[in-house]
Amino acid sequence: MTDKTAHTGKNTGGGDVRLTGISKSYGSFTAVHPLDLTVPQGSFFALLGASGCGKTTTLRMIAGLEDPTTGTVFLGDKDVTDLPPYKRPVNTVFQSYALFPHMDISENIAFGLRRRGIKSVKKQVDDMLELVQLGDKARHKPHQLSGGQQQRVAVARALINHPQVLLLDEPLGALDLKLRRQMQLELKRIQTEVGITFVHVTHDQEEAMTMADQVAVMNGGRVEQLGAPADLYENPQTTFVANFLGTSNLIEAEVVETGADVIVTAGGGKLRVPGDRCTSAVRQGGKVLVGVRPEKISLTHADDAGSIADGRNRVTGRIADSSFIGVSTQYVVNSPAGAELQVYEQNIERDTRLVPGAEVVLHWNPAHTFGLDAAQDIDAGVETVEDAG
Amino acid sequence: MSTSTLTKEDAAPVEEPVLRKPSARKRLVPYWLLLPGIIWLVVFFALPMIYQASTSVQTGSLEKGFEVTWHFQTYWDAFQEYWPQFIRSLLYAGTATLLCLLLGYPLAYLIAFKAGRWRNLLLVLVIAPFFTSFLIRTLAWKTILADDSVVVEALNALHFLDVTSWLGWTEGDRVLATPMAVVCGLTYNFLPFMILPLYTSLERIDGRLHEAAQDLYASPATTFRKVTFPLSMPGVVSGTLLTFIPASGDYVNAELLGSTDTKMVGNVIQSQFLRVLDYPTAAALSFILMAIVLGMVTVYIRRAGTEDLV
Repeated sequence: MTDKTAHTGKNTGGGDVRLTGISKSYGSFTAVHPLDLTVPQGSFFALLGASGCGKTTTLRMIAGLEDPTTGTVFLGDKDVTDLPPYKRPVNTVFQSYALFPHMDISENIAFGLRRRGIKSVKKQVDDMLELVQLGDKARHKPHQLSGGQQQRVAVARALINHPQVLLLDEPLGALDLKLRRQMQLELKRIQTEVGITFVHVTHDQEEAMTMADQVAVMNGGRVEQLGAPADLYENPQTTFVANFLGTSNLIEAEVVETGADVIVTAGGGKLRVPGDRCTSAVRQGGKVLVGVRPEKISLTHADDAGSIADGRNRVTGRIADSSFIGVSTQYVVNSPAGAELQVYEQNIERDTRLVPGAEVVLHWNPAHTFGLDAAQDIDAGVETVEDAG
Repeated sequence: MSTSTLTKEDAAPVEEPVLRKPSARKRLVPYWLLLPGIIWLVVFFALPMIYQASTSVQTGSLEKGFEVTWHFQTYWDAFQEYWPQFIRSLLYAGTATLLCLLLGYPLAYLIAFKAGRWRNLLLVLVIAPFFTSFLIRTLAWKTILADDSVVVEALNALHFLDVTSWLGWTEGDRVLATPMAVVCGLTYNFLPFMILPLYTSLERIDGRLHEAAQDLYASPATTFRKVTFPLSMPGVVSGTLLTFIPASGDYVNAELLGSTDTKMVGNVIQSQFLRVLDYPTAAALSFILMAIVLGMVTVYIRRAGTEDLV
């Protein structure tokens, strides 16, 4: 982090964004519960959550477009809570881009500089057009550009002001999948190049994980968990995070033995969970949700069960469904421990006996197992049909 | 309308020849739909225009009858005699248009952006005066501006009328039968024609553009100057045209609220037609007014550059 701070010399002082006890209510509805959040200077920070989770409201409070009900917004050491948006050294890339339709591209990009009384903007505008690769479109009107180009203009219009923080409100939401992937890399490149703090709001977990150094997963107006993408994926603290980021198999189990390794029973079989990967205190006879990611599981036909190494967690079951998707095959397995367990197998050596109806043993390294508090909704964060897409 | 049907025609032969017969019938549909409107315009607009144009170059008298003599001198004579009324018409209409814009813009802005659930009610109130006759509403202003009315007494008490009399808009402590009364009447009567187009174009502006402008260091005032107002230009242009054009030809307000010193071209045309019975002069005056307004509007639209706006 220190080297990044050094190369963002144009930013003044410590540039962390700090939210302390910030909340937002509309009448009786609380969009954001009091939350504390620190975005380190120079980082690419993602606020991830389903629609209505309060992520955009949080972003708008940083921008000044929304007044927080309680709490304080700090930019560096400066309290900006009461500053109107036009006095904050923060710029936003809006979801719908909000380009000014009556101005051409270069006027759009120069808008922020002009408002701050900078007269000679040509050089900076040209540089910025270069950065977003739209040099030949300077005199076009926004409606003459494609969605991806408009998106880049929106980024350029905000970045040219060298804001302390760049806020991105689902900027890729309107683009098709291929362009979205391309723009993700593009934005990441720009962020590395200019070294400005990016706060990115998205509902796409893959997008958040690809781009961000740090991800805050939000749900129901609260931050569920905050951390680096790999950390969130490997060590989810709640069922929401476990299900929302990728897919998790969650099995309800009973604790038999506690210690360095916690032994639990589920569907008649014993499973081992590393004690330090249990989020809540476990006690003998209590319940726990045992989780494992689908790609960590190996699948062996029941006839070969003897070849499975000792010390691995195992669950028996029957294949209900399998779908071949090129790099891997995805199986759905029903077992006494839990229904519809997901297993992703790399297509290296395919066992032709693994077809729907086959009796199988699921086994995995116990170190890949995590334990979650059983008092939560086991299906929280599971993508349903209506919020897909 | 005609261009779009033409392009359809051009495109038709490209289609499969089998489809030709039904598409030929289809091609006629737009013309059938246009027919009632065209007939209406021919009978009630084109024919009277031609008739008036011919009248304007006739000479003669009521007793002997009029005859087309291509006497274009009537135009010059009419203009020479009544140019003060032309100037006055344009001045009154221009002032009323400006007042309508100043009064109407904030109201349209409020209805478009701030009214919330009161929006529809306010819009109904804007057009509510139309439920009463134009004449009755104008006559009501006679009472409002009468010498002993509350309004005039209040304006007197505030010494407002001293200022307007000094400017020549009113006379002494009277408002009725002065230029100000006529302009007030015009402003009142044409205000809805200003508000509605303004509202329509303001309402179309994406609220996020205001947020974007403020996010990019524009204060609310600058946001209005650089974003809101330029984007509302189509409404400003159509509102001012819908106000200025009918107001410049209006005669009811000057007739009911003004005096002989506040006669507009409309009043002259009316009296030439109905009292003096000098039809050629009346027709010529009409065409001169039309030419002036058309010229002004063309220059105005060119300068406002509406085609450049979205």
